[in-house]
Amino acid sequence: MLQVFEARLFELVTGEIGSELVAGRIVMAISFREEVLEHSWYAIEWWCQRRIFIGNCYVVSLAMKIRRFPEVRSVELKWKPHFADFNLVPDGWGGYFYPWICEMARVYPLLEEIKLKRMVVTDECLELISKSFKNFKVLVLSSCEGFSTDGLAAIAANCRHCCMLFASWNLRELDLRESEVEDLSGHWLSHFPDSCTSLQSLNMSCLASEVNFSALQRLIARSPNLKTLRLNRAVPLEKLSTLLHRAPQLVELGTGAYSAEIRPNVYSNLAEAFSRCKELMGLSGFWDVVPSYLPAIYSVCSRLTSLNLSYATIQSPDVTKIVTQCPNLQSLSVLDYIEDAGLHALSLSCKDLRELRVFPSDPFVADANVSLTEQGLVAVSEGCLKLQSVLYFCRQMSNAALTTIAKNRPNLNCFRLCILEPRAPDYLTLEPLDNGFGAIVDHCKQLQRLSLSGLLTDLVFEYIGNRAKKLEMLSIAFAGDSDMGLHHVLSGCDSLRKLEIRDCPFGDKALLDNVSKLETMRSLWMSSCSVSLGACKRLSQKMPRLNVEVIDEQGDLDSRSDNSPVEKLYVYRTVAGPRLDMPSFIRNMDQNPTCRRYSLEKLFSE
Amino acid sequence: MDLINFEATELRLGLPGSTDDQPEIKSTTSHKTNKRSSSEMVSSVSDEHDSSRSPPPTKAQVVGWPPVRSYRKNILQGKKNDQAETGSGIYIKVSMDGAPYLRKVDLKVYQSYGELMKGLQDMFKCIIGLYSEMEGYKSEYAPTYEDKDGDWMLVGDVPWDMFLTSCRRLRIMKSSEVIES
Repeated sequence: MLQVFEARLFELVTGEIGSELVAGRIVMAISFREEVLEHSWYAIEWWCQRRIFIGNCYVVSLAMKIRRFPEVRSVELKWKPHFADFNLVPDGWGGYFYPWICEMARVYPLLEEIKLKRMVVTDECLELISKSFKNFKVLVLSSCEGFSTDGLAAIAANCRHCCMLFASWNLRELDLRESEVEDLSGHWLSHFPDSCTSLQSLNMSCLASEVNFSALQRLIARSPNLKTLRLNRAVPLEKLSTLLHRAPQLVELGTGAYSAEIRPNVYSNLAEAFSRCKELMGLSGFWDVVPSYLPAIYSVCSRLTSLNLSYATIQSPDVTKIVTQCPNLQSLSVLDYIEDAGLHALSLSCKDLRELRVFPSDPFVADANVSLTEQGLVAVSEGCLKLQSVLYFCRQMSNAALTTIAKNRPNLNCFRLCILEPRAPDYLTLEPLDNGFGAIVDHCKQLQRLSLSGLLTDLVFEYIGNRAKKLEMLSIAFAGDSDMGLHHVLSGCDSLRKLEIRDCPFGDKALLDNVSKLETMRSLWMSSCSVSLGACKRLSQKMPRLNVEVIDEQGDLDSRSDNSPVEKLYVYRTVAGPRLDMPSFIRNMDQNPTCRRYSLEKLFSE
Repeated sequence: MDLINFEATELRLGLPGSTDDQPEIKSTTSHKTNKRSSSEMVSSVSDEHDSSRSPPPTKAQVVGWPPVRSYRKNILQGKKNDQAETGSGIYIKVSMDGAPYLRKVDLKVYQSYGELMKGLQDMFKCIIGLYSEMEGYKSEYAPTYEDKDGDWMLVGDVPWDMFLTSCRRLRIMKSSEVIES
């Protein structure tokens, strides 16, 4: 029965069964082939009752009741489109966790883990979580928003409540990575009761307010299993050594602000504290760095596998000095202050490097403020034989460099290049960068994720469609000449799951010629392209199992002609019909929402 | 060397080959109709109608480009994360007591407190009143804001322009709570 499915995660298809919804382990069934579901659903249901991952929450209708599945331990939900990270998705779009948590609180009593990405989570949600699940252990809120530190206090305080009723409180992980939190005060941390000793991971780096330091210190001191601690900027450097003394077992540390007045005892305490951390493998934080304090970390450098200096506004020599002492580095995030020279040094020192991310220090300035060019990336591609994943912001690129990189590193699986100026050509030849990216998809046969930039014609999409057979996620901006570009991608990329496009001249024909492809993908985002309202309607008519959502904030969608272009389009497959929480500036193009419930009734009748 | 394919490199809206060079400014409440879809570009040059300009345009700010998350931009510029300036707009968050989610408004769109109140009322479907010393609160809700010093203030005391530069975020409170505090 399970041979029907591949060994990797797929996406759940759930359906409305009368008034019941079955949530299995979501996964499986990129295809809507009925025979797949019919034969194997019961098998999945039996096998996969413990973990739930929903890659796009609107596959499942919020109006459905969740059938009681008492075994569910872990839920992972992702919501908004990726381009929400860059302010392209208007506020109020949707993605509210509250209705979900209400249902889950009711039917998943043994829930231990909740992991959310790009969702709107309110304090009420957090309070519900804190009261509803006696075994709750792990909360990860990645790029979420809508909650405040009051909600965090509820999570922390839950310990107190639980401890009175059960043997031990077991919050293991609280990870707020890159969420937007309304930071009312730092008092939330003080709500962890003295009996909470189970913490393994705490990431509060996205918070601004100062937490009560002695509460933090005590919490850390009584958490012998604490492996990951990411402090926020407000934790001063002078106090870091105090914390480290109480947590020498840390594996990952995110510092607070890395600056203090130059005082010898502060420095020596810090250096000594770091030297006692024999398990430390990952470092991050480093806001406001005072370079004189950097050598304090040298004792741990030889062990480091992960280093995130992407907030550290230190110049190339200082960055270089650190990275060249980290021979075991696998993952590095830096600002472009590292410059070509630093990247060259990296390529000689860090032979185990798998992932490199270089962020722009001054993205809105046209002229280069640093000496970072395509040469830095070429050097790393030559020297770091295990390099698989690249995110690189720069101001110039050439076809020659891209081709060299491709030939050097055919093992790349993620290549995201952002040339800061839209439509920038090969700076040497002034030609489009089609051939360079063509070489990337040609040589890197395992490429799963690709982000394009620079001057590109339809030709690059022809290359991608022909060659990028393992590509799952593609991001396109300011590229292409015509519909053919989009057509090449949709008709050629066999493994494509997520496609996000902005400001490209792609329009109706390519979409409507490839409608069935859209049903095999998780989602399609198109903004500021040339898609007409009429085409969206036709798409929706042709493909009843797709939600075709038009986002338009100008407020007159209902009176627009079919010829008018839409601002933003988001298309995703679903069996649940139009979602019920759309704001006024979003329309689902479905004319007949009632007659397309996928008939799974017979599969689930008991 | 001539820039042979210059037009392909210039920043502009619309399909290649078209000559409509009208940039548009994004705003939360639209006062315009019948606009083509735009790349929400705010141009800092005033040469919208000149399609034969010879030097490359100065750097224009495009929404969401380059694709750098806002918390990264703010870290580098040393700003707090609540106030995001997108081109010419001043977007701030608005919370309302009892509402499950926050909204964002562009303060630049309003010319006065009255307009702002009206905008907020439409957004939250409630009646908000400004406080007056004589009459107290005329309605159930009262607008407050956090200024750049981190203090919570009643909306309406300072001149509008000063408010624009100092307001970090808005919170619409129940009037009863304001009186008590």
